[in-house]
Amino acid sequence: MLHRYPKRVAYIMLVLTALVAAFPLWGEAVFGNQANFMLEKLTLMLILALFAMSLDLLVGIVGLVSLGHALFFGLGAYTLALASPDFSPASMWWMLPLVMGVSACVGLIVGVLVIRTKGIFFIMTTLAFGQMLYYFISTSPLAGGTDGVFIMFRPSLTIGETSLVNLDNPYSFFYFCLGMLLIGFLFLRWLTRSYFGQVLDGIHDNEHRMQALGYATSGYKLVAFVIAGVMAAIAGMLAAMQYGFANPAQLGWHTSGEVLMMLILGGMGTIFGPILGAFAYEILLYIYEHATTHWPILMGLTIIIAVLVLPRGIAGLIIAPPWRSKRQTEPGTASEHGKAQVALSAKPTPQRKES
Amino acid sequence: MDLAFFSVQLLNGLQYGLLLFLIASGLTLIFGIMGIINLAHGAMYMIGAYLVYDLTLRLGNFWLAMLAAIPIAIVLGLIIERLFLDTLYKRDHLYQVLLTFGLILVLNEAQRIIWGGDVHRVAVPAPFDASIQLTDNLQYSVYRLFVMGVCLALAGVIYWVMRHTRLGIIIRAGAANRDMVEGLGINVRTLFTLIFSVGVALTAFAGMIAAPLTSIAPGMGDSILITCFVVVVIGGIGSIKGAFWGAIIIGMATTFGAVLIPSLASMVIYLIMAAVLLVKPRGLFA
Repeated sequence: MLHRYPKRVAYIMLVLTALVAAFPLWGEAVFGNQANFMLEKLTLMLILALFAMSLDLLVGIVGLVSLGHALFFGLGAYTLALASPDFSPASMWWMLPLVMGVSACVGLIVGVLVIRTKGIFFIMTTLAFGQMLYYFISTSPLAGGTDGVFIMFRPSLTIGETSLVNLDNPYSFFYFCLGMLLIGFLFLRWLTRSYFGQVLDGIHDNEHRMQALGYATSGYKLVAFVIAGVMAAIAGMLAAMQYGFANPAQLGWHTSGEVLMMLILGGMGTIFGPILGAFAYEILLYIYEHATTHWPILMGLTIIIAVLVLPRGIAGLIIAPPWRSKRQTEPGTASEHGKAQVALSAKPTPQRKES
Repeated sequence: MDLAFFSVQLLNGLQYGLLLFLIASGLTLIFGIMGIINLAHGAMYMIGAYLVYDLTLRLGNFWLAMLAAIPIAIVLGLIIERLFLDTLYKRDHLYQVLLTFGLILVLNEAQRIIWGGDVHRVAVPAPFDASIQLTDNLQYSVYRLFVMGVCLALAGVIYWVMRHTRLGIIIRAGAANRDMVEGLGINVRTLFTLIFSVGVALTAFAGMIAAPLTSIAPGMGDSILITCFVVVVIGGIGSIKGAFWGAIIIGMATTFGAVLIPSLASMVIYLIMAAVLLVKPRGLFA
């Protein structure tokens, strides 16, 4: 993994964050009466960015390609929808731990099974388990079947009687989501630089060698799987709050595919890349949807082209702009290039210094 | 459940399982030999069904339509392999997943543009549009028996090719050690193209003969794809034998699950997969 990025990465991300955070100031000037709609879109992007980032821990850091990550996203949404009381708002103080607890338990059960598999097998089993929950939810009368479940009240965040953040207000909710995304980002940044993260990095590089060194790699992978699941569930919970309902589509494998697209668009294994990817994906989606009713064709072609010519995503462009490197990087060599850098960073450097 | 009802379910399960085998065998061949995970496999099943629906309307005959549709499917497979997959062989599975997911979006939407979002049916074709009487009030469609026969025959052909021909030896060797086969002077590039086209043709063919039995609807490829993944996981990747028994198990489990435990029917196959993963994480026949 590339732990050390050029300075411009930090600058670009800080500027973008400031720009997003200041949306309430400039939104109305740019979008006029559409500003509220755009704020909702932006909130959704923040939520999806958290979702994509959680998948990056699995795909980019550990090298486990999951095609069932929507399982946790939907699980978070459904936990919120089903646990919310009908006539009064739930309290965030127990809702958040509940969502995290449920997703951690499910992550543990599914994880124990899927961690036993590798490569293509892992892709297929995660997909199958995701679909298992999808069919369970969409046929179960408890969870509203294919219609989903409506959420009558957004949870409240209060201390005693005073409201800490009014989550019903779109602006407050926007900042709440931004805060969650930042916490998620800082957490993952800390995690990947910790000793635990170094081991995950090693597993990505060469699992057999890590095993030979005496690491119980399955345990590390399982913990990473659970952490990624819990983060995705939090994103799912926020998405359900934003939409006002939980729907089986949030669990389906197309959602898993979409979040993988965000990852590749943004650049995996970089933690900050998926955030850019989520924004890029949603912006493209917005443009395509307005251009034609057959937008999936455009989206499909976009992803095919991204895979063929931009395998390291937007983050790859920022970290190593093609116009700066002397060697022409074509798609084939680009991944080789990435490998070489990974290999460099995996050299036995003193780990304490990094963490 | 009396004996006649039981045997009807048994036949249904067998027929569904054999159909699944056709699709899963293509999937497992492509995995095993080319190392490619092809999510667009299910979309090819859908395209097979739609092609035969469209051509039956145009040509007025199901069998002629099938004859015309098979080459189209093969050419489509060739185009996809040469145009998109060629660059992916040496790259991570993630990119294969993403590219073939992109293909699904394109193919599904192309289907919507060409044939619309309606659900279609194809009439059961001429010599087989009868049914045989099992008991006084139970009968069984002859076409289903025909489908079973065709699938079994194809399974036999695949078995024979894999076991008793030079091509089969190369394919099996390629699955075991691709580099070595290449080192021995076999043109792996051509082999890949052949395998992919055959795999796609098998799936599209399954879609064609299944067309009179199912409703032809958008997204029909997605659900069959995931079922076939379960088949391949249970049987073991790259194993034709595993695909066969996996498909039979899933076919039976789906049919009897729907009859015996309707509330859990949609979950049965996944529970079986979970059980297999617990005992044999690499599949039953790997």
